[in-house]
Amino acid sequence: MTQTAPHATGAFVEDPDAPEYSAYGGDWSDIADEAARLAQQRIVVNMGPQHPSTHGVLRVMLELEGEVVTETRAGIGYLHTGIEKNMEYRTWTQGVTFCTRMDYVASMSQEAVYCMGIEKLLGITDDVPERANILRVLMLELTRIGSHLVAIGTGGNEMGATTVMTTAFIAREDTFRVIENISGLRTNNAYIRPGGVAQDAPEDAVALIRKVIPQIKQKLDELADLQLENPIFKGRLKGVANLDLAGCMALGITGPILRSAGLPYDVRKADPYFGYETYDFQVPTSTDADAYSRVVLRLEECYESLKIVAQCADRLEQTEGQPVMVADKKIAWPAQLSVGSDGQGNSLDHIRHIMGESMESLIHHFKLVTEGFKVPAGQVYSAIEGPKGLLGVHLVSDGGTKPWRAHFRDPGFNNLQALGILTEGGQVADVVVAIATIDMVLGGVDR
Amino acid sequence: MSESQDLTGTGDAQGGLQPGERETITLINVREGMFGAQGDTSGYDLLVEPVEMPGATERPYGEWFDGVVDVLEELLGADADAAIEHVVVDRGELTLYVAREHLPAVAQHLRDDQDLRFEMCLGVSGVHYPADQGRELHAVYPMQSLTHNRRLRVEVAVSEQDPHIPSLTGIYPMNNWHERETWDFFGIVFDGHPSLARIEMPDDWVGHPQRKDYPLGGIPVEYKGAEIPSPDNRRQYR
Repeated sequence: MTQTAPHATGAFVEDPDAPEYSAYGGDWSDIADEAARLAQQRIVVNMGPQHPSTHGVLRVMLELEGEVVTETRAGIGYLHTGIEKNMEYRTWTQGVTFCTRMDYVASMSQEAVYCMGIEKLLGITDDVPERANILRVLMLELTRIGSHLVAIGTGGNEMGATTVMTTAFIAREDTFRVIENISGLRTNNAYIRPGGVAQDAPEDAVALIRKVIPQIKQKLDELADLQLENPIFKGRLKGVANLDLAGCMALGITGPILRSAGLPYDVRKADPYFGYETYDFQVPTSTDADAYSRVVLRLEECYESLKIVAQCADRLEQTEGQPVMVADKKIAWPAQLSVGSDGQGNSLDHIRHIMGESMESLIHHFKLVTEGFKVPAGQVYSAIEGPKGLLGVHLVSDGGTKPWRAHFRDPGFNNLQALGILTEGGQVADVVVAIATIDMVLGGVDR
Repeated sequence: MSESQDLTGTGDAQGGLQPGERETITLINVREGMFGAQGDTSGYDLLVEPVEMPGATERPYGEWFDGVVDVLEELLGADADAAIEHVVVDRGELTLYVAREHLPAVAQHLRDDQDLRFEMCLGVSGVHYPADQGRELHAVYPMQSLTHNRRLRVEVAVSEQDPHIPSLTGIYPMNNWHERETWDFFGIVFDGHPSLARIEMPDDWVGHPQRKDYPLGGIPVEYKGAEIPSPDNRRQYR
């Protein structure tokens, strides 16, 4: 178990005599016992990048004094796929398909903020039809519920409570039922498009939304009953991973972590978009600033999101038959999709029209789909409240059909900087709690 | 940290104009031809079209913008003219083009003054404009005020030959990783950063991948007998 010669994965250690321990399975206490026997207190542990509790491929380097973490370093980049660079070689509309894969647990958030930026560049923000905005809000809120449920569920799983995960994932599946019914896909939807959404909700969507709301609510209740008064859960989370308001402000933390420190900042309220100012919902906050309060906040936010989802269902009913894409045919995506029993496919009516009835429609379809539309030169920044915090996008256009630059400020990327302050001085077992409380997704962090 | 010369471009700074000597704030691109193809018999490949960012805005700027610029100019005092190169209001957003040596002072005032209070810097986004001689690399800082619920943009331009910008990590600690990312992808050196290491690319990577002269990569794919070129080699409809 003890190695004297450095091996391939060995980190650079200044002291050549420092012993190195590599564990492949086995019991941590054996290694700790041996370290104690050798009177070595300072241990550097490499956690990840393939560790189940790191929410993807995050590498955490921990320096330990016994069980106490003295220094934490996060190493990221293992999931960097060059999405931003790739977007510069695709049309503005195709970019939706790329950015949706960043934070894949909250796909719709990236689509929404990206399309918001394009619409601002085009100057058509006010032209987006009401029904499109309702569908966007519906999708964003279902995504928020899904993302929070993953945060709560995997967080519980990491502490050994598998039931928390299965319960949360059952509820998340209900959000996917609605999303799949409307967009044809569970995740990575490419549903929100510049100027509106890809297609209208099918006729049975409202009924389905009304059916799943009580189901999700029941599972949320179950999660709350299961966790919030559980002595083990409270023991593991209360007072752990503290970050007060001053720390949040210094590190630019947004989302549930900031609200757990007492600041009710939510972009949906501060700088409303897609008509959020017309919905009735609350922004829950806490002043405990610990991991426990963030679980409570995420649960409460799910209830608030369900309130918005219910209002969306009512509005969808009232706006039946209204357009879901801007009227400008030079921007509106011509392709029409329909959701069939076997998934998403081309609308047969549209195919018949362009292939059999109108040559001009075919040319228009071909030009807009292959070449795309031009966006006037300039730059914009737009931001929305993603499930994990402020999600921003910086877009630059050179007047062409492709972005000159698309940069996403993923809240997880920024918030992960807090891992050091959340864990240093605490127990090594609390590191997984701290990672769970940040709730980043490495696909978004690394992009 | 190894540096690659072949991938970081060969822009000529000598011919570039100094800021203030010209009307164009940012030359985004010079588009040539129509489809990116050379030797086109139609003659379209002779088209040359410079594309510029929206130009400087004259007062009044509108909304809360005048007040913020006034306060900032007052706080900067004699340095104000040198520090703020241009003020641009476009699409309802305020952009301050700041000279790099004055960036820390501007950021300090933006954060601390009670009438400004931009408590959060939402990171830094690098942009590469190879055609903009002498100002090829831009660092864009979106600033968010929670107190006043405002957002503005601070933009700093440097040349590829001298890509140094003072780090804002002392004023905005949250910018630590963002500056590392911009160094990694664009090769902008943030002087004074506590540990300006690569963050997304491997430590021994050569070059800065999000620069425009860095190839996207990819291979041609055969599909039903036809060869589809890689995305960066396809005909461009720009």
